Amino acid sequence: MSAYALSVRNVRKQFGGLVAVNNVSFDVFDGELFGLIGPNGSGKTTMMNLISGALKPTAGEIKLGHERISGLSAHHIARKGVSRTFQLVRVLPSLDAEENVMAGAVFGHQRLWGEEARKLAHQLLERVGLGGRAHMPVSAMTYIDQKRVELARSLASNPRVLLLDEWLAGLNPSELQIGIELIAELRAEGRTIIMVEHVMDAIRTLCDRCVVMSSGVKIAEGGVAETLSDPEVVRAYLGDDDA
Amino acid sequence: MSELPFGITQKELRIGIGIAVAAAVAALLPLFDQGYYLSLSVNLMLYAALCTAWTLFSGPTHYVSLASAAFFGLGTYAVALGIESIPFPILVIFGALAAAILAGLVGAATLRLSGVYFVIFTLGLAELVRQVVTWAQAKYTGKTGLYVFTDFREMHIFWMLLALTVVIFITGWAINRSRLGFAMQIIGNDETVAKHVGIDTARSKILLFMISGAFIGIAGAICAPRYAYIQPPSAFNPNISFLVVIMSLLGGTKRLWGPLVGVVPFIFVMDFVSAKLPNQMPIVMGIAFLAIVYFVPNGITGLLEQARAKWQARTAAHATADKPAEAHP
Repeated sequence: MSAYALSVRNVRKQFGGLVAVNNVSFDVFDGELFGLIGPNGSGKTTMMNLISGALKPTAGEIKLGHERISGLSAHHIARKGVSRTFQLVRVLPSLDAEENVMAGAVFGHQRLWGEEARKLAHQLLERVGLGGRAHMPVSAMTYIDQKRVELARSLASNPRVLLLDEWLAGLNPSELQIGIELIAELRAEGRTIIMVEHVMDAIRTLCDRCVVMSSGVKIAEGGVAETLSDPEVVRAYLGDDDA
Repeated sequence: MSELPFGITQKELRIGIGIAVAAAVAALLPLFDQGYYLSLSVNLMLYAALCTAWTLFSGPTHYVSLASAAFFGLGTYAVALGIESIPFPILVIFGALAAAILAGLVGAATLRLSGVYFVIFTLGLAELVRQVVTWAQAKYTGKTGLYVFTDFREMHIFWMLLALTVVIFITGWAINRSRLGFAMQIIGNDETVAKHVGIDTARSKILLFMISGAFIGIAGAICAPRYAYIQPPSAFNPNISFLVVIMSLLGGTKRLWGPLVGVVPFIFVMDFVSAKLPNQMPIVMGIAFLAIVYFVPNGITGLLEQARAKWQARTAAHATADKPAEAHP
């Protein structure tokens, strides 16, 4: 495989006495779809927030390519090429779909403006399955469509690393199938994606490798099939009796 | 129809022509009256400029600034201090710069904090600047005030304020079309998203606060010749800050022209009250503030938009009600 797109080294995050992420390290290769999984409260979303700059690590280092990004503020990290979706979908309610997507194109990693940004927004809306709905107010959209808008907004900056924080959560079975296909397509395009996910089917079908966290520590890392059958991982999810 | 320069739309062109005509008509006013109505119109134009400038920043950010008096006073003092030796237009620029620098400092210190701290800080700041100026003036000049003698008459001040208001409108329109304007829209929607799409939210807010402060400073500079004798209590009058907030909220801060809708009726009412009940002014102001917050929280423009939405919904309902025959063939 080629170079590291993102490397996380001994990262630790402490909220007062609570250690949410404890000395976690992993590397994500270019063009890889990397899963970050673990039971509730294991520190996955905190890890995502540390990468995107919403939080700053207490110790350790995060690198994008060869550049250190840990400690920078969120907008700097976004401009360097990390974009994300949010666990609870965050769209810009007073703007229409096109403007929502343009937000990513105008201020992010590639800074487009005017017609160029508008054209890209249209392409991406088409891409995520919202063609022809560019001027629909996002507040009138269904949950999955809002998630699509959010994904298009993240893609609009042409990020080097895309973070999907439970992007598939809350979708019904048929929507889930569409969502999985969409992510598979992005991966086929060569995007580097890190996804936090509870939907195990999605992890199995989509991910190349994954890291499993439990109570803030990394308990397993590697190919998806072997990692998920690791006794330690099974114990973390199901308890001692089933291991 | 051929393409217009700068990507201006037909609608924008019509609005632009409308504003130009309105400004031209307003500019003729001093030819008809130079007494009471001109004086009233100067007040009106002053608050039109102040409230529109205030809304440039406070409209999209929802931060309530009570620092208007500080910016205004700095502009006034820039003129008062230099009028003996420096040409007036340059002093106006000094006033704008002084106000912008102060806005930048305040912004850098407070805009990272939440709204409540900002309100208190700006209120305290206006008072602090006033006290510092009073102290410095007494200590270094031994005087309590400064004279500003110019050839400007009331009508010249009216024209300058009118021109300033037009410039503020054009600036506001240009900002709305720029990256800064788009960034402010996103920040107003969701600041977390704004940061994560790559917007330096603090810098955007500070920049906008400086632009808004500079315009308020210019308004203060223009008004210096009107007062003739400048003292800190009048130049840094905290009433300015409060009146600007009341009138802007009355008009509504979502649209650029919103404050104007509040300024016009408020100035007339205030003029009437101050003539009939000069001693009860503060009470009337307080009641006005309460009434606005209770009854028109989104301003007059907000009410108008609600009414329009209701009307549209009703006509849409009528349109569908007229068609059942077609729906069931």
